[in-house]
Amino acid sequence: MDRSLLDCVVNGGRVSRGIAASRTMLEFLREDLGLKGTKEGCGEGECGACLILLDGRAVNSCLMLAAQAHGREIVTIEGIKGRDGGLHPIQKTFMEEGAVQCGFCIPGIIVAAEALLRRKPAATLEDIKLELTGNLCRCTGYEKILGAVELSRDELKKKGKR
Amino acid sequence: MEKLSFVGKSLPRKDAEIKATGKALYSADLDFPGMLHAAAVRNPRPRIKISGISDAAAKKISGYRALVTYKDLRGPNKWPLVDTDYPFLPEGEARFEGETVALVVADSHRAARAAAQAAAIKYKELPFETDPLKSLEKGAVKLYGQDNVFAKFFIRKGDAKKALAGAAYTVEGEFTTNYQVHAYLETQGAIAVPQPDGGLVVYTTTQCPFYVLDAVAAACGLPYNKVKIIQTVTGGGFGGKEDVPALVASHAALCALKTGRPVRLIYDRTEDFRSMSKRHPSWSRVTYGADKNGRITSCVVKYVLDAGAYSTLSPIVLWRGTVHAAGPYRIENVLIETYAAATNKVPAGAFRGFGQPQISFAQESLIDELAAKAGKDPVDFRLHNLLGPGDATATGQVLTSSCGLRELVEAVRGKSGWDKWAETGFRRVEGNKARGLGVSAAYYGVGLGARGRCLDRAGALVNIYKDASVTVNVGNTEMGQGALTVLAQIAAETLNAPYESVRVEEVDSTKVPDSGPTVASRTTLMSGNAIIEAAKPIRDNLFRTALDLLKEKGADIAGMMQAADGVFSIADHRVTFGEVVKECWSRRLKMCEEGWYAAPRTTYDMKDGQGDAYVTYSWSADVAEVEVDLETGVLKVMKLWGAFDVGKIINPRLADGQAQGGMLQGMSWAVYENLVYKNGIMANPNFTGYVIATTADKPEYDITFIEKDYEDGPYKAKGMGEVPLIGVAAAVANAVKAASGVRVNSVPLLPEKIWQGMEERKISGGKK
Repeated sequence: MDRSLLDCVVNGGRVSRGIAASRTMLEFLREDLGLKGTKEGCGEGECGACLILLDGRAVNSCLMLAAQAHGREIVTIEGIKGRDGGLHPIQKTFMEEGAVQCGFCIPGIIVAAEALLRRKPAATLEDIKLELTGNLCRCTGYEKILGAVELSRDELKKKGKR
Repeated sequence: MEKLSFVGKSLPRKDAEIKATGKALYSADLDFPGMLHAAAVRNPRPRIKISGISDAAAKKISGYRALVTYKDLRGPNKWPLVDTDYPFLPEGEARFEGETVALVVADSHRAARAAAQAAAIKYKELPFETDPLKSLEKGAVKLYGQDNVFAKFFIRKGDAKKALAGAAYTVEGEFTTNYQVHAYLETQGAIAVPQPDGGLVVYTTTQCPFYVLDAVAAACGLPYNKVKIIQTVTGGGFGGKEDVPALVASHAALCALKTGRPVRLIYDRTEDFRSMSKRHPSWSRVTYGADKNGRITSCVVKYVLDAGAYSTLSPIVLWRGTVHAAGPYRIENVLIETYAAATNKVPAGAFRGFGQPQISFAQESLIDELAAKAGKDPVDFRLHNLLGPGDATATGQVLTSSCGLRELVEAVRGKSGWDKWAETGFRRVEGNKARGLGVSAAYYGVGLGARGRCLDRAGALVNIYKDASVTVNVGNTEMGQGALTVLAQIAAETLNAPYESVRVEEVDSTKVPDSGPTVASRTTLMSGNAIIEAAKPIRDNLFRTALDLLKEKGADIAGMMQAADGVFSIADHRVTFGEVVKECWSRRLKMCEEGWYAAPRTTYDMKDGQGDAYVTYSWSADVAEVEVDLETGVLKVMKLWGAFDVGKIINPRLADGQAQGGMLQGMSWAVYENLVYKNGIMANPNFTGYVIATTADKPEYDITFIEKDYEDGPYKAKGMGEVPLIGVAAAVANAVKAASGVRVNSVPLLPEKIWQGMEERKISGGKK
């Protein structure tokens, strides 16, 4: 099987591995690096449970080959942290606002929210709704998730630069 | 009522942090040393006669280990459920596309999947039937027994046909509803780990660890005390992880026994769609009659569920649908007959609402039609007929208390501005868009009721350590709904222990007795009461010891001791829960107890369908505001008002989340979800082709709780999980009728159905 060298940064640390060309990024993260926070929900890029940040942009890791990350930077839910290394403000508001139920979609949604608020710190509710249409949640009815992202936005704005 | 410290407050979710940080370990996230991977070999056709399975091609795949078939079973090939018609693995015949025929085991997940593709089933196709009504006809292909009927029920009260003949107004309609896929974000999966003594530990995502225990023990020929089931963090259930995880776990267990290694079996989304349970498609014919004063006098229902290839939970799903089929009204004459029909499609089973949403859609749509015939406002008409305290249900059950339906309907009427909408016929038009308002009412028997009464009990174990931390074990599961949190609140309240110090664990089948399934909105009620039973003797020890300590501190024990927020006090003297626990331990008092709660008796008689069906009911009223595009039929639900009586609310924020999530699931089923079978093959088995509601579709929610105390419930709570879903489809359909003039009799209410109805109305001059 074709193998190639993958050299990339994952959650701030450099990773260098030989990988099969057919390995998906989701398999690489979960099986090779043991980062289990990124979930497989559908394997077709419809549900968003496997979202990661690739150079700061949210991508479905099930639809991406690991080899495509060569020379690039990846952040998974395990790498989403507050400035003090503790909980990220988005994680805190999700916990406080009741946005978490079964939790399986939550890592992907938090990654999506982080990508949006990095790109657009003053995102409106409509922006948030649009951004999260690629993340399915079957438990919450989305209300508390949207509310939590709005509150995180306000919280991050208050704190100034992250 | 006594002042409560922990119950009734929006305390933080116990499991929120591990889920928000990605640390929560679901089944697919668990690894064990030496672990192998299994994948299912699936039936490609609707119905086949199997003559053999060859793994010759699979053997060429690097890392391939073993083929597992029915021959590897160590017990009878009957999955023990309500009935035993579903084999663990088929021998001669497979009966639906996607059915697991065999399993392959390999070193990696990818190798296992490749081997499953390579394995060849030798088969001959057999005649099949996919239409439940045709399946019930004489001369149909024989799939089950003599008549293809998995279950049938009757309710006979008064003389419904005679009353109908004498009615001033009658309405009749035929309704159908399609499947609903649970679409829990975590697919099914299990890991079986062989033990040195020949036993097994099974880790699995499930609502029902004890169903898993029954099945694994049976498939592996093991005594129950050599099988341990541990529920992993469960990524949603909604009924879809009631029965079927037992089958998945049994397959993993057989693979583990055959290879002597831990085996993980995780479904991908497509095979989860193809083979796991669904909400039943339904067909119904409903007739109502009312007298000239607008009082409903008669209800006749025929209701058929498309059960799929095996009976699974259909008998109990059908029974619940039967009991509630006449709607939440006082009706003297009721005739209901219901059937669960076998077809060569995926077995349908439990889904939030359990046979009720389908028939609620039908009967609540018709109640609107009846109100219109009687010339009444739909809300006024309902208020005139609704069940209230002292009234008898269709089964003759007299409601004694905890029935707030009337107030719920009044609440949604007020909050939605119903009476203002009435002035324009519940319709507002702007350009080519019309808005409409619709209402529905529903009720839900809490717990398993008479049909499941032998399973309606639950255990709990409460243990206070020397450091005053508390562990609670229960037999019902957390699957996202918040059980770990709500049950911790109940334990904290009963013990007067600080909420932060109480930890409720996911189910381990060796810690508590079989507590039945986590279904039927029964967990707060059953496990909550079991926790209170367990905590009572500990509480007595704590309270007596606290009083002694306060006396030692100089408190006047003639005064009343307060126990609140984890502190015991008399006047200015106080001791903490921690101090009291320490003293109890030094006195060698027992700080660990078991509790057991069995539901009160129900009197329902299967022969005529009369008697008490459930111990109590939760109630709901919904109003929907929709917008219909008058040119295209495109429907958008703008706002849902929901009012619920589920007894005491233990955690308002979680209850709100249950209500919003349930309402969106109901709306999504009503409007979007459309699973398609073509010639017995599922055509859209993933989210690419099967659409569920997203953030863009989410309506605005307005939720009201009216708490009617249920005296036998923990802190007077009833059941919350299901009632928010049940009435949504009918409220939406009634709103669509108001907006477009079209009565759509089938779920989902797709734009083409509305458009077609509008076209027909144009042709007929609005008469249709």
